[in-house]
Amino acid sequence: MHSSGISTGEAVLDAFNITKKFGELTALDGVTIRLKPGSIHALLGENGAGKSTLVKCIMGYYNPDEGQILVDGKEQSINQPKDAAALGIGMVYQHFTVINNMTVLENIVLARPALPSFIDWKKEAEVVSKKMQTMPFQFELDKQVSSLSAGEKQKLEIIKQLMLNIRVLILDEPTSVLTPNEADEILQEVKKLSQNNGLAVLIITHKFREVMGFADTVTVLRKGAFVGSQTVAETNPEILSEMMMGEGLDLPPLERDATQVNSNQAKLSLKNLSILDNDGLIAVDDLSLQIYPGEIVGIAGVSGNGQSELTAGLGGQRALKNGVIEVDGQTFSPVRRDLQKHRYFVLPEEPLKNACVGNMSVADNMALRNFDLAPNSWFNSFLNFSAIKRESKKLITAFNVKTPGPDEVISNLSGGNVQRAVLARELSQQVNVLVIANPCFGLDFKAVSDIRNLIMEARNEGAAVLLISEDLDEVLQLSDRFYVMSKGKVVLESKPNDVDLTEIGKAMAGHMEAAA
Amino acid sequence: MLKTLEAFAVTLVAIIISLVLISIFIWASGNSFIEVYQTIYKGAFGTWFSWQNTLVRAAPLMLTALCTAIPARVGLVVIGGEGAVVMGGLFAAITGISLNGMSPGFVLFAMLFTGALSAGLWILGVGALQYYRGVNETISSLLLNYIAIAILNFLVVGFMRDPATLNKPSTHHIGDANMMGVIGESSIHYGLVLGILLCIALWFVTSRTTFGFSMKITGGNPRTAKLAGLNVGKIILVSCFIGGACAGIAGVVEVAAVHGRANSSLNAGYGYAGILVAFLARHNPMAIILFAISLGGIQASGGLMQRRHDLPDASVLVMQGIIFVVILASEVFYGRLKIPNLFQSQKTAQENAA
Repeated sequence: MHSSGISTGEAVLDAFNITKKFGELTALDGVTIRLKPGSIHALLGENGAGKSTLVKCIMGYYNPDEGQILVDGKEQSINQPKDAAALGIGMVYQHFTVINNMTVLENIVLARPALPSFIDWKKEAEVVSKKMQTMPFQFELDKQVSSLSAGEKQKLEIIKQLMLNIRVLILDEPTSVLTPNEADEILQEVKKLSQNNGLAVLIITHKFREVMGFADTVTVLRKGAFVGSQTVAETNPEILSEMMMGEGLDLPPLERDATQVNSNQAKLSLKNLSILDNDGLIAVDDLSLQIYPGEIVGIAGVSGNGQSELTAGLGGQRALKNGVIEVDGQTFSPVRRDLQKHRYFVLPEEPLKNACVGNMSVADNMALRNFDLAPNSWFNSFLNFSAIKRESKKLITAFNVKTPGPDEVISNLSGGNVQRAVLARELSQQVNVLVIANPCFGLDFKAVSDIRNLIMEARNEGAAVLLISEDLDEVLQLSDRFYVMSKGKVVLESKPNDVDLTEIGKAMAGHMEAAA
Repeated sequence: MLKTLEAFAVTLVAIIISLVLISIFIWASGNSFIEVYQTIYKGAFGTWFSWQNTLVRAAPLMLTALCTAIPARVGLVVIGGEGAVVMGGLFAAITGISLNGMSPGFVLFAMLFTGALSAGLWILGVGALQYYRGVNETISSLLLNYIAIAILNFLVVGFMRDPATLNKPSTHHIGDANMMGVIGESSIHYGLVLGILLCIALWFVTSRTTFGFSMKITGGNPRTAKLAGLNVGKIILVSCFIGGACAGIAGVVEVAAVHGRANSSLNAGYGYAGILVAFLARHNPMAIILFAISLGGIQASGGLMQRRHDLPDASVLVMQGIIFVVILASEVFYGRLKIPNLFQSQKTAQENAA
């Protein structure tokens, strides 16, 4: 019923009946997609639906077990990414592949499949800057990539591909690190490019808004199977979510208990915090705020305005230059004794990098907070492995972590399940203070809704929650009140109910205008 | 379980490849490698005499291997065992000479204490430089070896020299009463007992205690360790101190059980061979015991190899070097081998049958 609606025009790329098995698991089962020049095709599906597997088959990272890939109607065997590049297929990956300690120019030149032994940088700079003028995004060529914001890096990733004269551009969740404005800007430009230059674009996403707003056609995958393809004009979010989830879906709204802030005593109080970044420059600048029990305070803002330094400072990963953290009126420092005493939990972004030990097991990672407490240890000194395993099994079930078992090395889990495992660790005990940064980054909406519910639950039970997020919708949905962070300061306080989006947009963009 | 199996398989294959390469070396020297391997076995484990010889050499290797293995747990590659042995031995000699005449048990204890303390602080300095100043610990520990040797030479050639020592400048003797005894009728001294006990104790600490777990977290991801509120600096410094102290005890044993004096025999290469033992054992203190005995055996057979096959003295070093290079190269294969999960497949087979 859903497979109608695709006209048989000239396709630049056909992936026909692709099947890919990993051992006994069928990751892709007879999936077909067709990309046409000048149009944007969205690939929609939950985490683990097979979107990435399909794309990896197209790009030559995997060899499909069955099916063909046709370019311009001719069957091609793509055995490695180089082959895909030669056919004019370019891809922007979910995680940045730009090299931070190189300049914009070096990154662009480096992306070429074949480089001469000697590079005439002067000439390259001329060629690239000339070509750059025809591109939607402009860069200073000698700028170090590490100084670019997430949005700019994403633009650079796209430019890198466009410089290669590609005909097919694949974007793997291109907007997951971006603010809504940045995302809209980038997608708008991609759409223009596609229409003007006849570029065929495939966008992997789980955001309906992007599908409805920018795509021409959409293919939905579910558990590795092809569910349907449609033109966007003929569909709507309800149909899409039904295709994606397999059943009528209604997300339960978050249950927010009536505000019960009746305490005069702030639970978490930050007083004049200043934190330096890696270059020794002020990243968090004299920041003060109070959070009362049973309250979620959001911090919105464009990435790179001190949010990650703030999270690291509150989590003990970065020294405070100035200022005091107080919990329940007592001076607090993020060392183990205080963390355990005040039941203070921090969940930084990118949990695998910041909050896990990649080569340790799921069970060990879940015990990071309390391995030295009963029942995980005897006399706080000797590990009780069977207790650690037992506790982790409970958490795996309670938080629905998909893992072969507690002994599995955590880096083998998918991103969403790493996030669940870490959340399980941080939220399993009674929480007094919770600092949480971009908790839903890159997760499908089932996971997002689970995680937001858990955060809300902690709030309803009286915790003080600081939510630092680059996703404005998330801040608006969860917060009781929120601030906008810009250049290391909180510049605007507001409540989700009386939100003035232009005002917020200005506050968020203040930094970007000043920097330009 | 699978991880242990992987470590076992990779190490085994690496050792086999080393043996092949060593065979080529022996063949090139005009000998039959089968005969030479027989000689090595005989010289290492063939008789009670060779066993004693092997174990005497294995004792310091266990202790110096710990100097690399324990800091490795927190993610540091420390190769300063040689310098730590020298410092430990030097301070043991100083202590022994100055306390000579007091109760021998006390003197021996004091030598162990000062030797372990000085060498522990020596390697702790490596950890502090790394943690607070970002100095590469491998390079600083290597350079500290030369500094330690230079200090030793300066003292034994200079004002600590016993004028009676002519060919090999040494300190005065610590006194026969203060020497560490041997076990029963053998020539094996109590340093072996110390080595084995420390390996077992540190195996327990690293794998069974919350402190060992903290070390593992710190070594695995220091950012996460900080998030968990662990005192990363303290954990690194303590681990370095423990490692250094173990190598220092090796120096004490060399002075108090073998030579009776501090001299250039302290830097005879036990520190460097210990690095090889630690890597062979994948920094597992229990496995160190086994590999220290194996390597001690190869060293013990050096003399016999020289006499029987006219192989040069340095042959033992060549063999150690080959094994080391192959072991380091084999690191590449971790996580890349497809080892069938026997336990699981059996289980699923049973489930399928049921």
